[in-house]
Amino acid sequence: MQRRQSSKTPKQPLQVHYKNQADLSAWRKGGIIHPEKSVQNDQSPNDQRNDSKQNSLEQALGYFEKVQDRVSLKDNVLQKHLTAVESIAIQRGLPPEGFDILLNVALSGKLADAVNTRLLKSLIPASVIPETSVVSSVSWLCVSKCSGNIQLLFLRWLITMFDFIDHKEKLYALYGFFFSFLQDEKMCPYVCHLLYLLTRKESVKPFRIRRLLDLQAKMGMQSHLQALLSLYKLFCPDLVTITLPGKMKAYFKSSEGPWKAAIIRLRRRNQENFPLSQPLFLGTARPQSRKRKWNTQLIIPASSTNKNNLEDNREKNCVLYSANECFPVEQLQTFSQLLQNIHHLEFPSQMGSVLTNPLLLHYMNCIKDESIYLRLYYWMGRTLQEECTWCVADNKQYEELFKDFLETVYNTECFLQEGFLSCEEFLYKSLPLWDGFCCRSQILRLLSWIPVSSFSEMKSHLYDPLAQLFFTSSLYFKCSVLESLKELLQNWLNWHVIHLDSEPDSQVHRLNTTLSGLVNAVAELIHFVGWISTVALRLESNPTFLLYFILNFYETVCDMYLRYNLPLLIMPPAGVFYPALLSMDSVSLNQLCYIMYRYRTNLVAAKENDLSKKKILQFKFSSHTYQEYNQYIIAMVGCLWTSSAFQKDIHPQGLRIDDELLKKTSVQEFKTSFNIVYHPAMMGHAVVFLQQVCPDDTTFNFSLIKGKKWNWYLEYLYAQGLKGLKVFIESSINRVSQGSHSKAGNVEV
Amino acid sequence: RRGAIPLPAMESVDGAVRTLPSTGRLSRGLPFGRAHRRFGVSPSGRLLPPAPSCQESADPQKTAFLLRKHWTLYSVTPLYRFSDAQLKDYARLLSAFIAAEKQKGMAVEIGVELDIKVTVSSLPDLKGSDQDQAAILVQLSSRSSASPKNSEEKLLWLGWFCSVSGDDLSENVPEDFTCLPLFLANGAESYTSIVGSWFQKTFDCYFRRLAISPLNLSWMAAMWTGCKVDKTASAMELVFSVPCLPQPLDISYAIHPEDAKALWDTVQKTPGEITQEEVDVFMDCLYSHFHRHFKIHLSATKLVKVSTAVASVHCDGIIKFLQSQYLTGVLMLLTELAISQIQ
Repeated sequence: MQRRQSSKTPKQPLQVHYKNQADLSAWRKGGIIHPEKSVQNDQSPNDQRNDSKQNSLEQALGYFEKVQDRVSLKDNVLQKHLTAVESIAIQRGLPPEGFDILLNVALSGKLADAVNTRLLKSLIPASVIPETSVVSSVSWLCVSKCSGNIQLLFLRWLITMFDFIDHKEKLYALYGFFFSFLQDEKMCPYVCHLLYLLTRKESVKPFRIRRLLDLQAKMGMQSHLQALLSLYKLFCPDLVTITLPGKMKAYFKSSEGPWKAAIIRLRRRNQENFPLSQPLFLGTARPQSRKRKWNTQLIIPASSTNKNNLEDNREKNCVLYSANECFPVEQLQTFSQLLQNIHHLEFPSQMGSVLTNPLLLHYMNCIKDESIYLRLYYWMGRTLQEECTWCVADNKQYEELFKDFLETVYNTECFLQEGFLSCEEFLYKSLPLWDGFCCRSQILRLLSWIPVSSFSEMKSHLYDPLAQLFFTSSLYFKCSVLESLKELLQNWLNWHVIHLDSEPDSQVHRLNTTLSGLVNAVAELIHFVGWISTVALRLESNPTFLLYFILNFYETVCDMYLRYNLPLLIMPPAGVFYPALLSMDSVSLNQLCYIMYRYRTNLVAAKENDLSKKKILQFKFSSHTYQEYNQYIIAMVGCLWTSSAFQKDIHPQGLRIDDELLKKTSVQEFKTSFNIVYHPAMMGHAVVFLQQVCPDDTTFNFSLIKGKKWNWYLEYLYAQGLKGLKVFIESSINRVSQGSHSKAGNVEV
Repeated sequence: RRGAIPLPAMESVDGAVRTLPSTGRLSRGLPFGRAHRRFGVSPSGRLLPPAPSCQESADPQKTAFLLRKHWTLYSVTPLYRFSDAQLKDYARLLSAFIAAEKQKGMAVEIGVELDIKVTVSSLPDLKGSDQDQAAILVQLSSRSSASPKNSEEKLLWLGWFCSVSGDDLSENVPEDFTCLPLFLANGAESYTSIVGSWFQKTFDCYFRRLAISPLNLSWMAAMWTGCKVDKTASAMELVFSVPCLPQPLDISYAIHPEDAKALWDTVQKTPGEITQEEVDVFMDCLYSHFHRHFKIHLSATKLVKVSTAVASVHCDGIIKFLQSQYLTGVLMLLTELAISQIQ
């Protein structure tokens, strides 16, 4: 809550102001002028005007300080000073010392109500309002020298300006005085609001509760009384209780009417210091889902436990330190409050409410208590089952609500960087029944937070049902699944890296996941994705869109050793590699080049580590991986550089074609016509390049691209954004002599 | 196998799952890399409810008021920071909560006499084992406003939490949690919802209606057939509902209890223990008998209600206890079902 905060750091806004603003009080005292300000003062006409304004304000304040009773409203002097005060207040606000004088005049009833009203309306602070001036005006209020209207206006002013009062301790001490004003029917709504701002736990007393209940019995349901009583309930749930009707929008009438524009300006200027206009924290006022069941509420407002209070009651005498008191979670609104109160904060009575409360999630991250997870587990697990729209027949109509809920769960998992067990169980149970349609994007995203577990479990609960859906669903669905599985892999790898860093041995052991267990699980996931990708590419006849998602997955796979410190590298299956290599699209080809480059970097690093016998290589890459990489690299270099793919590819599922067969295709010069110029994905680039280099030649004679032009062509391709191609060629192709591509060869690892 | 299969609840997906898989219990701490317990571990058999002699220590008088009332069943996840020592405080808070809920928007002072009196007490007799938490009874009664001094209190609503041999759950939760997985309510649903909400808010638990699957109903039919009942027992009745008809059609199948018992005795092999196979044989015998007479295959219908001398239970999760000597036995089975819904 802001009021608490501002009372704790009252000096801060002051300092800020004295720097930024024309320093009125300094000017008044005459001597103290900032050096830089005096420099500015020299020629600025603005400041000249400021000076004259300052003068007139000085005079006006002096006038009001000494003004006698019954000055006529039409008195010119009065009018002049009144106007001066008004215009300065609106433009720059009044200095702190002005409030005492003007409040005294306005509330003493010396002048006509019209004047008092104008004065009160122009009480806009430039920086802060001194507490003493407010205290003395409360004493004026008690002797009721002024009219009822002025009293009301003053209360509204006090509510509006509450956060600009520099200290509040004395105001808190006046709680009883304000409370006694409740009996005035007109003032009651505003007094309630003011009390709402002033109430602290120690202000809640049984006799006050009884008084408010009497008022309620007399006046019926009044929103301002409800709000104040709710606050009392929050502080002392063992003394009073209230259930707020759901529809309520505002509990207090806005008081800031006359000062609205000025307040907006002030707030904008002081945004950091006064985080005002925050919603009231009456938890129950939040819109509840209109559900038919009493026991399911997807979004729970955070409310404090009231058990402490019970215990407090019984051990009241034992409580010596006020630090024992819990900070109500309802009041937790800012991060700095979290930091200030973290030592006496308690989780809300229902753990489910943390999902929508980022501050409490931060807190949850700090507190490692298993009961937190268990409470969440029970609540979330049951809610997911009960609300699942495809498992429970009559839930269909609530699909939107369920979607929102899944969304919230996913966001929470991202925030905490870990999956919930209840969510995992829910996915495992419900995936076999899922139609792949309902809440699709939510379910697929939740998949990515499934924790590592044994293959047999993953296979029967995740891979099998997912594969069935995958093969029978649209292209878009396939891409979404691949995206989720990439996220899943990354989450596993991140988890591995984090736990490798923090507690290398104990953590892994405690979680019952050995490194080899993780390596196996990751390998199975990659094989699974390789398999479904191969099938999907065939089913959909190699669309670029799908290929993009598949290669994205492999961008993570090819870097696992170096980026995630996992001793595992798995090459894509031929069913993925060749469609990418022979893709019609330079984007896919470029992506493949980048991936192969990263494989190379990883494999080379692994080999070096192997040679220097580093610890991590208790897991040795199988020679099969190297062999597979080398086969692929031969095919790639043959395809992109040496035009020898048909001859040299030695992969069993590769491109090797007998010369006899090639001759039958009646392609001329087939032996030299498959490289970065002729590759179908590159030909478009080659055409544009030729047009630029030889604008007169319209025959598209690609054989012109050789020698120096070959190098230009490479530069041209790199400039087109084919960075993957660049790093691939630079790392994997051994150009014997620069400029002669025919002698180039591939570099094997 | 795609497309949503309309099933009432997820458990029924796998019909065989009806007891708690007690292996590899809950996840503590970080969710990554835990051993999971999984669904699908089906028990080959159940132990019969303890013979009546075991329970003679419990005074049947004390639990007599639970008999012959319709109870709606709920499963409840473990209560967080519930304390037996504070039942009076709970009653005070709950009664103010009920008053505040009934007149939304009006504040209520806690501790004053209100129209509805709440009593929260413990029922120590309703236990299966020493580990079980004592059952908790919640009573709502109205004070007659005319004569406040008069002890004329009208009972409005009753609800109780219990756990009979719920060790599978209680063994695996930390101290802060109290396991009372079964909740039974008798009275207006509106009170159930208020009381339930209060417990949910106060002890961070979750109430869920406990439906009884046809498979579990047939277990009950078989188990209760074998129970000895002193008095001349009423007929055993099974109610079946025929699916996919424009109008609902229920078939009631009443069997003389002695005939049913005679049939069951020929089916059951080991006394004190029942297997799924025995239950299936028992029901198949009943079905084929029915088919011989009416040419209707009851196996194609859905068993919705079982009434025996021990208890009468509906698939929607409504039960009526009839014999106090078998009360804990029936509660033990219900506790088991509630736990399997929680886990």
